[in-house]
Amino acid sequence: MHRRLALATAATLCGALALTACGSSGSGSDAAGPAAGPVKLTFWSWTPNMDKVAAIWNAAHPDIQVSVQKQASGDDLVTKTITAAKAGNAPDLLQAEYQALPTLVSNDVLADIAKQTAGTKDRFAAGVWQQVTLGSDAVYAVPEDTAPLALYYRQDLFQQYGLKVPTTWAEFADAARQLKQKDPAKALTTFSANDSGLFAGLAQQAGAKWWTSSGETWKVGIDDAAGKKVADFWGGLVKEGAIDNQPMYTPAWSKALNDGSQIAWVSAVWAPGVFTSSAPDTKGKWAIAPLPQWNAGESVTGSWGGSTTGVTTGAAKAGHADAAAQFATWLNTDPEAVAALVKEAGIYPAATAAQSGGALAAAPEFFANQPDFYTQAAAIAKNTAPAAWGPNVNVAYSTFKDAFGKAAQEKGDFSAALTAMQQATVADLKKNGFKTEG
Amino acid sequence: MSTTLTDRRRTAPAPGTTPGDAVAPPRRTAWIPTLVLLLGAVYCLIPILWVVMASTKSSGELFTTFTFAPGSGLLDNLAELSHYRDGVYWQWMANSALYAGAGALLSAALSGVTGYALAKYRFRGRTAIFNILLAGVLMPPITLAVPQYLLMAQAGLADSYWSVLLPSIVSPYGIYLARIYAAAAIPDEVVEAARVDGAKEFRLFRSVALPMMVPGLVTVFLFQFVAIWNNFLLPYIMLGDDHKFPVTVGLYSLLQQGANAPALYTLVITGALLSVIPLILLFVGLQRFWRIDLLSGAVKS
Repeated sequence: MHRRLALATAATLCGALALTACGSSGSGSDAAGPAAGPVKLTFWSWTPNMDKVAAIWNAAHPDIQVSVQKQASGDDLVTKTITAAKAGNAPDLLQAEYQALPTLVSNDVLADIAKQTAGTKDRFAAGVWQQVTLGSDAVYAVPEDTAPLALYYRQDLFQQYGLKVPTTWAEFADAARQLKQKDPAKALTTFSANDSGLFAGLAQQAGAKWWTSSGETWKVGIDDAAGKKVADFWGGLVKEGAIDNQPMYTPAWSKALNDGSQIAWVSAVWAPGVFTSSAPDTKGKWAIAPLPQWNAGESVTGSWGGSTTGVTTGAAKAGHADAAAQFATWLNTDPEAVAALVKEAGIYPAATAAQSGGALAAAPEFFANQPDFYTQAAAIAKNTAPAAWGPNVNVAYSTFKDAFGKAAQEKGDFSAALTAMQQATVADLKKNGFKTEG
Repeated sequence: MSTTLTDRRRTAPAPGTTPGDAVAPPRRTAWIPTLVLLLGAVYCLIPILWVVMASTKSSGELFTTFTFAPGSGLLDNLAELSHYRDGVYWQWMANSALYAGAGALLSAALSGVTGYALAKYRFRGRTAIFNILLAGVLMPPITLAVPQYLLMAQAGLADSYWSVLLPSIVSPYGIYLARIYAAAAIPDEVVEAARVDGAKEFRLFRSVALPMMVPGLVTVFLFQFVAIWNNFLLPYIMLGDDHKFPVTVGLYSLLQQGANAPALYTLVITGALLSVIPLILLFVGLQRFWRIDLLSGAVKS
């Protein structure tokens, strides 16, 4: 009877505490350790075909073997990485978007690789490099790709409606009104409250500095004059009905691009890929032009997306920082590696030398009508305004979706939505123990 | 659906006879319930129809043709999905089958012995254990994913097959169901009789109790299989190596490839359609063991 009872209890206890009691087998998190033989590095990346690019490295470097573990990109990955790092399980190398860097650094996920990357600074545009240093002497990642903003427009339909390709935002607004007048069923473009990154890029172009830090203190400038100018401009267009107010990346939006109900798109240099899948019938009808400017004669742009390769503190602790930084530098500056990234993954490289010629000599297939596509893109990319990211971009972005989503649907007050975004961001910084100013 | 099944069993207890054969007074058709059920069926089936139709479309047709009109790209989609990164999709399906199959089997076994012990033995702390389990039923598994990850990491098991399997094996709900079922389906007299005949406890469980519990355990198996197959957060947090991903996490990584690579909608939709097929087959195959009134039984006792 006693034995039976003990068995039954054990079975149940095991059920209740399975993980702690029955699952553990000792051994710390870093069981492998640097033994003799090649250094083995893991690399979390969402770039398609990154494993093929890493294979080139692995063939040439038998002593440092990189294995790519493909992840889903986005804010969830940042959370997953931070959790993994807290548990001592982060990968050695990490792909991260520019705006995620401050979050990752403040959570002690990324190691400072300034020592290992000395001399790579000149390979990148100053505004890009500044984003991986966070304005300090440290270097937290090597830029992989950038995404300067440009204006895409339907050449055929602009001609048909007698529209001039806008060079300033005032002309852009005029073009939107003219089109509405000539054909009320069409819209120049839409304001999408789902795409915080695009709005951030447009604010960058206007000169906004959303986060700045001095010492330990953060200053949030989301609703500064530049941000207000951008918000009011788009809010005004939505309010008077000159452009659409529905989000991008929906089936309805794809249809509108495909059947010509929307004839322009403010987007980044990666747009050809989206056109190919969303608007296949319009192949050869679009063209790229510089982003409209606030002051005539200027040529500044913002960016929408782009990512970097970082080395984790976990790799540094295991003594792999040098090997990992060597790979990160190779991946993003070596001509063969960058060419492979362009060809296999379709990225727009951050390394300035790779932005024209080589793998980018020919225009994307979708833009066969514009043979100098990448020459134009490189010219646009040259003057990318620096971005200033802070440790809680995710909060600012999710407030953007809520506040601007509501304002866009109601055709309401965009600058009030911007203020809401500012307040939520500051409140969250304070709540998480950051010092804030203003 | 549950009412029709229980009704059928009550009116036609003998297997093999259809309810239509039972001699019953002719009934008027109840229009309102039928209509409500039809609406419910349409509500459930429309999304499935959407997936089926969308999976036949090529990426050019996906957003441009009428939603419920079939496209022309099903075979291309299947071929493309199979070739994507050297067939990693099928690896994900195999992983899902392993996690869900082994996990549900072990979970049913564990639930079976635990439920039987809780139902048929009197020992100190039994009520306490059962109450703790009940609290576990109320706890949404999502809240446990991160703590489980930290524990697994400490045990050195994170990013391994075990990290997804082990948490899937323990299902408080399964144990709860098995206990209720064992209490109702195994008469104490039978247990006593077997003991009098000299059966040892394990023999008694294996040869007498277990066969009586099979329908209940099949229910636990199905519940758990579906839960593991559809689980996203646990494997998402636990696994870094994309060759260990189940199909849910794998398909998600096709959707989120960064801005410069468009989401592979057609592949994801086709993959989602294929991933439902094993579940359908499982339900059809195990239907005869399936006792939907187990749930109402829990209330009755």
